[in-house]
Amino acid sequence: MTRTTPFNLRKWLRGRKGQQAIIIVLFMAVPLALLLTFTYFPFAEMFKFSFYKMKYVGEREFIGLKNYIDVFKRDDCFQALWLSVYYMCGAVVQLALALYLAAILSFKVKGGNFFKGCMFFPYLINGIAIGFIFKFFYTRGFVFDTVLQWFGFELENLPYWLKDTSINNVSLVATSVWKYFGNNMVLFIGAMMSVDNELYEAAMLDGANKWQQFKYIMLPSIKTIVMLNLIMSITGSLSAFEPPFVIMSGGANGTATYFVKMHEIAHTSQKVGLASAMAIILLLIIFAATVLQKLFFKYVFKDGEDEDVNAAKRREKKLAREKARLKRRG
Amino acid sequence: MSIVQKIKHYAWIVIQYFSLIFFSFVALLPIVSCVITAFKTEEEYQTTNVMTMPENWFNFDNFIEAFQKADMGRAFINSTIILIFVVAGSVMIGSMLAYVLNRFKFPGNGLIRSLFLFATLLPGIAMQVSTYQLMYRLHLINSLLGYIVLSMGTDVIAIYIFIQFFENISTSLDESAYIDGASYMTIFFKILFPLLKPAVVTVMILKGVGTYNEYYNASLYLSSPELKTVALSLYTFVGPLGSKYNLICAGVIISLIPALIVFLLFQKQIYSGLTSGAVKG
Repeated sequence: MTRTTPFNLRKWLRGRKGQQAIIIVLFMAVPLALLLTFTYFPFAEMFKFSFYKMKYVGEREFIGLKNYIDVFKRDDCFQALWLSVYYMCGAVVQLALALYLAAILSFKVKGGNFFKGCMFFPYLINGIAIGFIFKFFYTRGFVFDTVLQWFGFELENLPYWLKDTSINNVSLVATSVWKYFGNNMVLFIGAMMSVDNELYEAAMLDGANKWQQFKYIMLPSIKTIVMLNLIMSITGSLSAFEPPFVIMSGGANGTATYFVKMHEIAHTSQKVGLASAMAIILLLIIFAATVLQKLFFKYVFKDGEDEDVNAAKRREKKLAREKARLKRRG
Repeated sequence: MSIVQKIKHYAWIVIQYFSLIFFSFVALLPIVSCVITAFKTEEEYQTTNVMTMPENWFNFDNFIEAFQKADMGRAFINSTIILIFVVAGSVMIGSMLAYVLNRFKFPGNGLIRSLFLFATLLPGIAMQVSTYQLMYRLHLINSLLGYIVLSMGTDVIAIYIFIQFFENISTSLDESAYIDGASYMTIFFKILFPLLKPAVVTVMILKGVGTYNEYYNASLYLSSPELKTVALSLYTFVGPLGSKYNLICAGVIISLIPALIVFLLFQKQIYSGLTSGAVKG
């Protein structure tokens, strides 16, 4: 018969398990407290608010689902979500542009680092400065108009870039592309550079041209990060906020996106309940979009996940095939 | 090379450089035009085209006036205080949490990871409705401390960068130190933390630039004039000064200088930091 020793707390604490427990609790207390206080508690509160008619201070009244119904009924709330289509189109342009420039820069070019730096720098500018820069840039007869005149456009034929409601959302999306394309480009270059250089050399020796190198070596290796960026920019488009907020001083002239509208409802009209319902609805949409995209990603690009393991093999196979083809042609 | 190939080769080179020059021009044009205007006197600004070069490239009057009008001296002090605490806090919190999550198996480890991951999905601006109430009740509105704590509490990317880094440090290091009698505290601070240096630099730069540029939370929680950050101080130019672009541009350029310096000094780290932060998925 074995005698079980009574549990000795002090001994346990001094032992390995106890030491681990102490360090776990000690190191996690602050981050967890911050996460719960500033992310999950407000999240829960917001969920609760969405069922009330309330302002920041004063009486609250429980009104059930009325806020949610209002979001769909009012023509200024849900309608604003249509503007994100502009931002999605912008995101596609932005990624294509980033991919193209990254492909150029990943080959040896003179002054590559300088060009990369120029195109990346806008990403580091603070939002309010961007607001002023583009208010100035788009003002009638100022920077943009002047440059277009250099290229032979007549000022009379140019629209008011920020006032004209048929073009102003495009102008705003352009600023967002301007800010972020360099960032996407840097990410793509990073992925492209992770490809073994020998592959390119081998391909070059075998007479593969630049386009073939791009298509068979580069593209497969960056598919994952391109998809990832596409997903993130679609989610980002739904919550577009900065361009109309800073350039149009809060979304004048029909440029108010969903988030800008929500900010206005929450802070100017102080309809906290309605704004909360808007936030929850958008979260549900973003969540659904993310899940759908993940599923899409999984089934359409089945091999996307195990990229690192198999990509090299596939690339080599394709390369071999390509080599054989070139040889046949002589 | 055949002639056709040669033509193709040179055409490609031309296209390459044309694209690079064109898009660099597009990226720089809005900033350069701002620089040009910032050096112009009031009279020049009124009478010449915006893209005409200023007569005197050493006319710093606008910069001085903008700096004083927007009280940017105060703003730089505030931004520096915020930066120091937020960056130091994020590095400590992030590395300690990453250490625990990466090195120890315990019930709830997976759950905590997913809690942090899910938090990235919640857009911060959407939550301000209730965060504002919370900050109000905690008496943290218009207090640097409140803003600092909020900025630290909503940071997740640092944690991922550190976790990734820990995965590449062998556990045999901890193991042998433990056998030699070091406590976990010593292992973390004396052995592992120094090895984290590259990750620390990455987090410091990314978090630093992010914090310096943050304006939305700052505009909600630091609205009193003596608490303004550099980005916020630019709001001075909204209103009556709103059409004096020679002054505004000078203010904008001043606010860009720290970011530019950091960029020129740490280009490589910024690029690699962004890349490592983005692959987490």
